[in-house]
Amino acid sequence: MAPYLFYLFAFVTVVSGLLVVTMKDIFHCALFLILCLFSVAGIYVLLGADFIAAVQVLLYVGAISVLMIFAIMLTAKVSGIGIKQQNEQVPIAIITTVAFVAIALYGLGKTIWNIKDDVQIPDNTTMEIGKLLMTRYVVPFEIVSVVLLAALIGAIVIARRN
Amino acid sequence: MEISLAHYLALAAILFGIGLFGVLTRRNAVGILMSIELMFNAVNINLVAFNRYITPSVMPEAFTGQIFSIFVIVIAAAEATVGLAIVLLIYRNFRDIFVDNINLMKW
Repeated sequence: MAPYLFYLFAFVTVVSGLLVVTMKDIFHCALFLILCLFSVAGIYVLLGADFIAAVQVLLYVGAISVLMIFAIMLTAKVSGIGIKQQNEQVPIAIITTVAFVAIALYGLGKTIWNIKDDVQIPDNTTMEIGKLLMTRYVVPFEIVSVVLLAALIGAIVIARRN
Repeated sequence: MEISLAHYLALAAILFGIGLFGVLTRRNAVGILMSIELMFNAVNINLVAFNRYITPSVMPEAFTGQIFSIFVIVIAAAEATVGLAIVLLIYRNFRDIFVDNINLMKW
């Protein structure tokens, strides 16, 4: 069962990702971005990371996509249909991207990974991650909350009318 | 065929390449931000896959990759917020969000 699910999610991720970067209408791109992020959440579930999958759906699909659509709507006058969405770098970008992906795939095919013996999916990762965030990783946790507060205030200051 | 670590890493590499292509070719600033989100997701798939297959299952280190990917998601949220605020500010000042038209600082 799991192999078919992996190939399904991988196919949906790659195809919708390609549509995100190639479609003419930027609003359709945002909708395909939501589909792509959803199938990445499915990949997390297959990897046994249920908490990360929930965070992915809540934060990416729920918040960031809405923010993107919000920005698209506010700038809809200049980014409407019929305007060229891609610059003149498409051929050189295709060469660069294909070269990068080929080198990465070659490298990870050649590498011998030190896979651990007991590959097992834990039942419930939420409680353990919560404990770790409050004990071992409490300092990064607090710092990242300060970073979020700074980004919030910064966004308000930048976007505010004078 | 059993799904191994290399499958997830290959998917992440392809997704990162798609995001890279988007960043290099998009004219719309919001489109560039969406491509960056694709690249963030590729990195997160890598982190979670390494956490599942490489990190030891004993307790203090068992969830290192997943916790790091939470931090990546939080920073991505902060980046999207500030980035879209900057895009809206540029739109207000230039009436344009195509990055090749906004070349005020380009010689």
